[in-house]
Amino acid sequence: MSQIFHSASNVIARVTIFGALIFVAVLGGVLYEIELSPFYTSVNVAREQPVPFSHKHHAGELGLDCRYCHTTVEKSSFAGVPPTQTCMTCHSQIWTNSSMLEPVRLSYRTDKSIAWTRVNAVPQFVYFDHSIHINKGVGCTTCHGPIAQMPLTYRAQTLYMSFCIDCHRQPEKYVRPKDQVFNPNYVAPANQLELGAKLVAEYKIQDPRHLQSCSTCHR
Amino acid sequence: MDSASRKVTEQTSSSGPILGPGHSISSVTDRISALALGKGYRPAWLFGLAVSFSLLMLLNLMIGLLLTKGVGIWGINIPIGWGFAIVNFVWWIGIGHAGTLISAILLLLHQQWRTSINRFAEAMTLFAVACAGMFPLLHMGRPWLFFWLTPYPNPMWLWPQFRSPLVWDVFAVSTYATVSLLFWFVGLVPDLATLRDKSTNKVSKVIFGVLSLGWRNSAVHWSRYETASLLLAGLATPLVVSVHTVVSFDFSVGQLAGWHTTIFPPYFVAGAIYSGFAMVLTLAIPIRSYYHLEDFITMRHLNTMAKVMLATGLIVAYGYGIEFFMGFYSGNQYDKFLIINRLHGPYAFFYYLLITCNIIIPQALWSRSIRQNTTILFLISLVVNAGMWLERFVIVVISLHRDFLPSSWGMYYPTRWDWATYVGTIGLFLTLMFLFVRFLPVISIYEMRALVEETSGKKHDH
Repeated sequence: MSQIFHSASNVIARVTIFGALIFVAVLGGVLYEIELSPFYTSVNVAREQPVPFSHKHHAGELGLDCRYCHTTVEKSSFAGVPPTQTCMTCHSQIWTNSSMLEPVRLSYRTDKSIAWTRVNAVPQFVYFDHSIHINKGVGCTTCHGPIAQMPLTYRAQTLYMSFCIDCHRQPEKYVRPKDQVFNPNYVAPANQLELGAKLVAEYKIQDPRHLQSCSTCHR
Repeated sequence: MDSASRKVTEQTSSSGPILGPGHSISSVTDRISALALGKGYRPAWLFGLAVSFSLLMLLNLMIGLLLTKGVGIWGINIPIGWGFAIVNFVWWIGIGHAGTLISAILLLLHQQWRTSINRFAEAMTLFAVACAGMFPLLHMGRPWLFFWLTPYPNPMWLWPQFRSPLVWDVFAVSTYATVSLLFWFVGLVPDLATLRDKSTNKVSKVIFGVLSLGWRNSAVHWSRYETASLLLAGLATPLVVSVHTVVSFDFSVGQLAGWHTTIFPPYFVAGAIYSGFAMVLTLAIPIRSYYHLEDFITMRHLNTMAKVMLATGLIVAYGYGIEFFMGFYSGNQYDKFLIINRLHGPYAFFYYLLITCNIIIPQALWSRSIRQNTTILFLISLVVNAGMWLERFVIVVISLHRDFLPSSWGMYYPTRWDWATYVGTIGLFLTLMFLFVRFLPVISIYEMRALVEETSGKKHDH
């Protein structure tokens, strides 16, 4: 009886056993890396905007307070996107002929909002409220990154649940003194954990068991 | 007469042989391998496959609709969130248990009569688990996120809820599926090699050649094979008990009256074996008569399986009795109400039907002449299958539909898509079964050869 298989099949058969394991492991690794890559998360990828607004210029170099534009951040779930009128408080006086600012003036003349492209967003099944975070000492840059260095705004964090839950498990790693919340150049002190623990007590931040409960964010 | 020889006479006189007379090693091999290697397809087989395949397509249609529209196509809603999906899940996973019991526990206990039925009982297990595994996934609503049930490094930084029996279920069922598959496949390897050697067609030679993993029948192969079988049998044995225990935890960890009882694990395991043996009989009787395998699956087999069914059926009946008793003995108004609701509520008809199917009708198996009558035995096995399905329906629906607060009571009516799901998985099961009986050895060839050797050895003493 002739052989059905070439003698090389023995080697191939053995290789496939280990090959399958390696393949599965590599596939898992690749998928994991893709999930964390800027390609998938848009982290560090600047968005096109109708007007090339620079946070670096306004918040960094000029030192405008965050709340000058994002007025509702302390009182509402939504920080607020400023109306064109806010832009025009300055730009009716300076750079009045800049072609870059033509969409702003057009919006002002026609009373139609500028259609900004949203950069940071959590999914709809997440209940997120800016005011509680601001009032409990979470700084803007903790989530929004080095906003004062962004010529065009990009997302600084994945906003995956792992990012949220990291702080909800150990808020003392991130909370700041109240007067530093809006400081875009804030650097955490060396004794952050010590200071954080004190602030957590002072702000009466809830126990991590409560902060991690499903219904805290998924209502 | 010494005790050993008395035992042998008793066995042969009371139950008949486990292999028909006049078989040699080559006749056994030829008979069984001819089923898989024969040319052409018999019309009845083609018809059966066509019917089951259309039901399978119905299942596909249902799944497509479910993925696009969501679980709303089923009749489930609060308070009955667990409709047919969970009823069918428990039913199918229970059916699987007989295969593991036959192949693992009876192997370890050296029960020779398991030999001719273990192969298709294992196949049945595997196909039943395939049907069962589908339901929890489809019931999730977003089945494409099923991997959230497994612990893996994820961007949510969350583990599954390890305190939930639903997560234990994932591990129990997937372990069960893996071990059953391995056990079945390892058992097939020597037979696949036989088919490879006996087939004349190039394509089937290559297919069976690949599947038989280079089996050359050498002593080393056999020694490793024996070790592997025993190890897998050892692994599978606890699964017979553990899988359905975990399934019963899905209910008994909950606080609902009718679910929250300590009898659930043993009562579920007995029920699983009960329904499993019923399904083995439902399959064995037609296969045996259609392929004329009366010499291999003898009356002794059917008789023994009927007895196992009777015994496990009585354990199940005891479970029902305890449930009834505890409803009043507990002094808990909700437990008591549950029993009254079962007896007089809107679903009472199904409870009485369940008692009829699972307790009253199977008592006929006490009679030897009924156990020897294949037609009646077949009908009883169908009745038990239906009864075990009703049991899960009663447990799931009656407990859920009237809980503690009358204001939250409701009713459950299955929609046509509920039925399509149920009938569709029967289609999947039968399609796989039809393909299996046609293309793989239904009975373990090499174990039958060993049986020829052993039975002839006893008679002729050579």
